[in-house]
Amino acid sequence: MGEKASTVKERYADAEDLGPLEEILEEYVGEKGSLIPLLQDVQDAYGYLDEGIMRALARGAGYQLSQVYGVATFYTQFRLEPIGEHLIKVCHGTACHVAGADLIDEEIANILKIRDGETTTDRKFTMETVMCVGACSLSPIMIVDSDTHGKLKPTSVRKVLKKYRGDSGEKE
Amino acid sequence: MSGNGKTKLVLGYGTCGIAAGATAVKEALEEELATGKYPAVLDIAGCMGFCYREPIVEFVETDGSSIVYGDLTPKKVPELLEAYFIEKKIVEDMVVCRSDDPSFGEGDFTENQHRIVLRHCGNINPESMDEYISTGGYEAARKALSYMTPEEVIDEVGKSGLRGRGGAGFPTGTKWGFARKAKGEEKYLICNADEGDPGAFMDRSVLEGDPHAVIEGMIIAGYAIGAKNGYIYCRAEYPLALDRLEKAIEDCHGKGFLGKSIFGTEWDFEIKIKKGAGAFVCGEETAMIASIEGKRGMPRPRPPFPANEGLWGKPTNINNVETLANIPWIVENGGEKYAEVGTEKSKGTKVFCLAGKVSRCGLAEVPMGYTLRQVIFDVGGGVLEGRDFKAVQMGGPSGGCLPDELLDTIVDYEAITATGAIMGSGGMIVADSTTCMVDLARYFLAFTQAESCGKCVPCRLGTKRMLEILTRICEGKGKPEDMENLETLAADIKDSSLCALGGTAPNPVLTTLKYFRNEYEDHILRGKCTAGVCPALITLYIDADTCTGCGACAKVCPVEAISGEKKEPHEIDPELCIRCKLCLSRCPEEAIYAE
Repeated sequence: MGEKASTVKERYADAEDLGPLEEILEEYVGEKGSLIPLLQDVQDAYGYLDEGIMRALARGAGYQLSQVYGVATFYTQFRLEPIGEHLIKVCHGTACHVAGADLIDEEIANILKIRDGETTTDRKFTMETVMCVGACSLSPIMIVDSDTHGKLKPTSVRKVLKKYRGDSGEKE
Repeated sequence: MSGNGKTKLVLGYGTCGIAAGATAVKEALEEELATGKYPAVLDIAGCMGFCYREPIVEFVETDGSSIVYGDLTPKKVPELLEAYFIEKKIVEDMVVCRSDDPSFGEGDFTENQHRIVLRHCGNINPESMDEYISTGGYEAARKALSYMTPEEVIDEVGKSGLRGRGGAGFPTGTKWGFARKAKGEEKYLICNADEGDPGAFMDRSVLEGDPHAVIEGMIIAGYAIGAKNGYIYCRAEYPLALDRLEKAIEDCHGKGFLGKSIFGTEWDFEIKIKKGAGAFVCGEETAMIASIEGKRGMPRPRPPFPANEGLWGKPTNINNVETLANIPWIVENGGEKYAEVGTEKSKGTKVFCLAGKVSRCGLAEVPMGYTLRQVIFDVGGGVLEGRDFKAVQMGGPSGGCLPDELLDTIVDYEAITATGAIMGSGGMIVADSTTCMVDLARYFLAFTQAESCGKCVPCRLGTKRMLEILTRICEGKGKPEDMENLETLAADIKDSSLCALGGTAPNPVLTTLKYFRNEYEDHILRGKCTAGVCPALITLYIDADTCTGCGACAKVCPVEAISGEKKEPHEIDPELCIRCKLCLSRCPEEAIYAE
């Protein structure tokens, strides 16, 4: 289960390289209302929506840059900054909230010194809070990359993170 | 339901099962079965509802009898198989329930349900079209398209009394009638699978466990209203549901159930999937339409209603996943049969997600008319760890919190609305003595405030002001007039917001003010949070008699507020303490408490 520990560089295209963008644009030629799937595919390819890429997308697909930026900033799925190697999502659905999701945030902040939306200085981890992932029976939950870790206690966070840390040199 | 005279092992393989470790269990089962020692075949299914016992595997015998085992781990797999097949023994502590004795184990969880929408969930392999067809699947669509006029279909749905399961409860037959009568050749059908309420996963479970039922419902709905194109607007956060839907749609094309001249009739129907990008407001129908058109998902005033001017300006009908999953059953068995279940104005069943401080966190479908007490206690098994029930939150951010005096309220649109909560999409979060109701209201307001699209002032600024007041109360800075201010603001926001997001956002605050006013008063007037949740209103103590002086708390404290000699009772300096409670969760002796 879960992704192989690949580096960010292996997983995503470089924002300077417009090749993947052009391929994506080609797929959606002539399809109306395709701005959201376009941006979703671009984010899958690059890991985030780089300003230069958004400009090129607007030109290539015939949108105003303001339209592209407007949509990109409206939906929470889109991010305008690159993420770290591992993405930690802490669920803050109602069930997780009453089960103490705030304490999970605290422990992550304690260990990695990052809070919602931030990335560690060594670019190893990005942490974000998300609304319900729909696995309420396992609350509180955090998802690291594609692995779900449920029924967490603040005390178990360190152990979970250790699996992903490798030799990143964070505070132990 | 079994293959080649062999026992069929059905593994719960929905998001809840996978999150609990079903993939590793699957590998262990495959490895054991590959030895050829056991006369069994492995199959997967969606969520059976017992989320709290995942990973789960059901042993189905050739005669249909079955036994469900839960809490599996890869390590337990070899011994379980050996006990079952070789020693012919039942591993009692792992049994969830057994078909020959409903009183055994937790059989009452399923016994107390009435399954129409979930009739296939957990029973068939959602990735196998043949299994769906073998249960009579697509016969309803074939019947509707081949032998019924669209008006007859609408009439049948009307007779069933089915109402929108997304929460608002508008009669489905009437809604279809509007779309049918709307002028225009080109019409659209949208399946709303943008399940945004935190704490609700009914639609996800149906899409993962029985995607074909939703597609069949859409085929029938499209035919009834005259739409040849359907969209499923599904959250991107539901990757497994999206995968299974894609596979189901592809299989339908292969069989001629989607595309041109479906079921050998003159009727064409196509379905496209649109992935949501994360915006709660897109559950509102005009916002969803804007989002499908590729725009920011902001609602617009109605009228014109989507039935007349919807997607791309054409007549459009939007139904929720659960509503559509009811349709094949209704067409197959008749509207009158469906209307036999339920209350006078609320017919059929409702699927609920039980979560929070409830013993059996999972998915349950009950007939309308059940009391909330029956749902939470008879089906859900009551409050976790035997603690006292405090409240049930229904309907997510648009709903409300109900106290134990109202537990005999029945599941019925009108009865629940009369309490100040709403039926909603089906989230039921149970709160106990450790849940602070003011904090819960603040939590929901923080959610709606963040999700407000910003188009209209009452919602954009009103929810912000309400959140500020609630935050202040939770921080111990509340003023006596705050409760009244909240009520005034709430009334104005409800009256003047453009869409239902703002129109219902104050509900969690209003219901907690109504039923748990004493907790607001404790916070504001007495500076106390009796549930021990709000950091500013609690002090953490170490019980000197229980503390062994292990030092675990001092080690984890981020502000070095804990001191003490080794093997001597420790102390917390309330001046330094930031009430993060990390020490509380770390203490092996449970010597730390909040007051």
